[in-house]
Amino acid sequence: MEFLNAIVALSNYVLIPAIAYGSQLSLGALGVTLIYGILRFSNFAHGDTMAFGTMVTILVTWWFQSMGISFGPLPTALLALPLGIVGCMALLLFTDRVVYRFYRAQKAKPVILVIVSMGVMFVLNGLVRFIIGTDDQRFADGERFIITAGDFKTMTGLDEGMAIKTTQGITVVVAVIAVALLFWFLNRTRTGKSMRAYSDNEDLALLSGINPERVVMYAWLIVAALATIAGVLYGLDKTFRPFVYFQLLLPVFAAAIVGGLGSPLGAIAGGFIIAFSEVMVTYAWKKVIVYLVPFESLEPSGLVQLLSTEYKFAVSFVILLIVLLFRPTGLFRGKSV
Amino acid sequence: MSESVKNTLLFVIVAALIVITGIFQSWNTALFILNMGLISAIMSMGVNLQWGFAGLFNVGVMGFIALGGLAVVLISMPPVAEAWAAGGLRILLGLALGAATIVAAILTYNRMPPGRNRVLAMLVLLAVGFFVFRAVFDGGVQAVESVDPSATGYLGGMGLPVLLSWPVGGVLAAGAAWIIGKAALGLRSDYLAIATLGIAEIIIAVIKNEDWLARGVKNVSNLPRPVPDEVDLQNTPTFVDQVQAIGMDPVPASSLFVKLGYSVHFVVVLVIIFVLAQLALKSPWGRMMRAIRDNEVAAEAMGKDVTRRHLQVFILGSAVCGIGGAMMTTLDGQLTPGTYQPLRFTFLIWVMVIVGGSGNNLGAVLGGFLIWFLWVQVEPIGAFLMTVLTSGMADDNALKLHLIDSVAHMRLLTMGLILLLMLRFSPRGLIPEK
Repeated sequence: MEFLNAIVALSNYVLIPAIAYGSQLSLGALGVTLIYGILRFSNFAHGDTMAFGTMVTILVTWWFQSMGISFGPLPTALLALPLGIVGCMALLLFTDRVVYRFYRAQKAKPVILVIVSMGVMFVLNGLVRFIIGTDDQRFADGERFIITAGDFKTMTGLDEGMAIKTTQGITVVVAVIAVALLFWFLNRTRTGKSMRAYSDNEDLALLSGINPERVVMYAWLIVAALATIAGVLYGLDKTFRPFVYFQLLLPVFAAAIVGGLGSPLGAIAGGFIIAFSEVMVTYAWKKVIVYLVPFESLEPSGLVQLLSTEYKFAVSFVILLIVLLFRPTGLFRGKSV
Repeated sequence: MSESVKNTLLFVIVAALIVITGIFQSWNTALFILNMGLISAIMSMGVNLQWGFAGLFNVGVMGFIALGGLAVVLISMPPVAEAWAAGGLRILLGLALGAATIVAAILTYNRMPPGRNRVLAMLVLLAVGFFVFRAVFDGGVQAVESVDPSATGYLGGMGLPVLLSWPVGGVLAAGAAWIIGKAALGLRSDYLAIATLGIAEIIIAVIKNEDWLARGVKNVSNLPRPVPDEVDLQNTPTFVDQVQAIGMDPVPASSLFVKLGYSVHFVVVLVIIFVLAQLALKSPWGRMMRAIRDNEVAAEAMGKDVTRRHLQVFILGSAVCGIGGAMMTTLDGQLTPGTYQPLRFTFLIWVMVIVGGSGNNLGAVLGGFLIWFLWVQVEPIGAFLMTVLTSGMADDNALKLHLIDSVAHMRLLTMGLILLLMLRFSPRGLIPEK
């Protein structure tokens, strides 16, 4: 019984939140890694792209709510999501046309493109703050929980409760669907294959008649979808604040690099590695340990929290450094430009 | 138009902009822009040293600036004797134990043969060391932070003259840069960027959360100043007499006098760093740096130790940023860790360097002044524009209210546009590298 309680407490406070957070990070990291694979630069504007897509979704959600449209027990934001994705796609295609295309034609060095993406980051950041402001926006509606802690306790008769929030369930389901679609697209369709070919060897792909502008366009479209989904899921699960999305850049990049930049599978693995270590290192383990030690005298006096939650950036960063030092191309052998 | 004429003209324009601000807004604002412009120029010279000379992509500038600010507290504030008695030594002991653990782990890594045993030994060492460190350290922190938390609750500084904190800020930043450089230089440019971005966030997180060090988000205010206090000046008969002799009111005059005092200090530092940077650029060392930047492989083939040179210039550039950060905190008179944001303290400095002209010290200085001027003035200009644009709408129009409220965010938008336009149409900056 005690052991079961420990497992339930562990799932409630560590596993479930980490799985949800990991799915969100993975989707973000997939966007970063795709841009890196196809356009060959680290996109610093990715956090703000996520914020922009989420903002459009929120605005559409409010519009739907004002018209009385709802999605039953599910959040209205899911209905608004496709429109958010379309908005984000329009934005990314526009920035590609007016900003990035010029440097692509020039064959500019990757680091120049990174600086250019810094400029785009500024503009998007200003734009999002300009339109929706800097405050917290909660836009989740519908049922809050799939299982509440109380229901779980009466169901199982355990002392510990386990709550699963609707947003956590949605996050996992949507992320699985998105990733499945992405891999199907990359591995099975003609366009997807041409994208992978272009990413592997640009010259060879050009020789075999692949149109680079088309590949780049599809890359931006997919990235827009991934970024918006990641942003909306994160916003539903926690809350939307432009500055937080800007800060997400760090764990997202850490995930992409840990997995190996340019490798989609690596991005997913990296996302979960970063999420699990962040949650586990900053969780106060006392609750779980109390169930596991046989005698009360052995119980820890403190909270057994390795690091305070404010240091979660440090965790993703340390993992990043360790991986880079011992396996510089990431766990899944990404590419290096 | 010859080059020197053009450059002089650019600086004259920036000076004119500041003077116009003085005439039309207030001399206080103008001097504020001047002082922060001087500091920005120093910071952008630091980044220019790394990016312009050596092509190192450092986006952790904010961290080094914050370390400079921390140095001001550590050097100039009086020590809190009670806190030291309560747990100061215990904290130091804890930190020493933590450092010893890391050194021991590195030694184990270097001395033991590779294999599972080495990994295991390191993990055990780190885990044991971590818990010992926390056991010693946490008690000390609690003791220190409970000493009169509303007024002190930290160890205080050393009570030394505040001007000393500027070079110390540089040293602190240089030390951090050494550690970062050892770990992250030699990585590819994008990886270095992410690594520095992360380090900056960590430095800010430490300053925010470690209250025993510099009170965290409770801020340390009333830092000592290198210039006289306004109120003291107003009570000094000789000052009041002299000011009234030229027909000014003592109260605004004292404020201007203090600001000018800061300006003089800052100008001296700026000139010293500028001359040194100029000498470095023209020296064989500077030529070697640019050779490495332009073609690492060729430079390595010529026998240059690229990683060491990178480390060197990374430390130097970060130190300059640290000095700038210490000066800024001195000017503010307080350390407010909550206000350090990457957009303002990392990416804005980058805009200064790119717009001014990377690889050219004069360009970096110009960029520092110009971009800082715009950063301050875009808001009033934007507010004016919005008022004009929306003048046809009703006063309670939701769109009008929203637009006027959002004017503050025009800054980021404008800076991004300036950066993008510069990169597109004049990628070498206003004063290009020769």
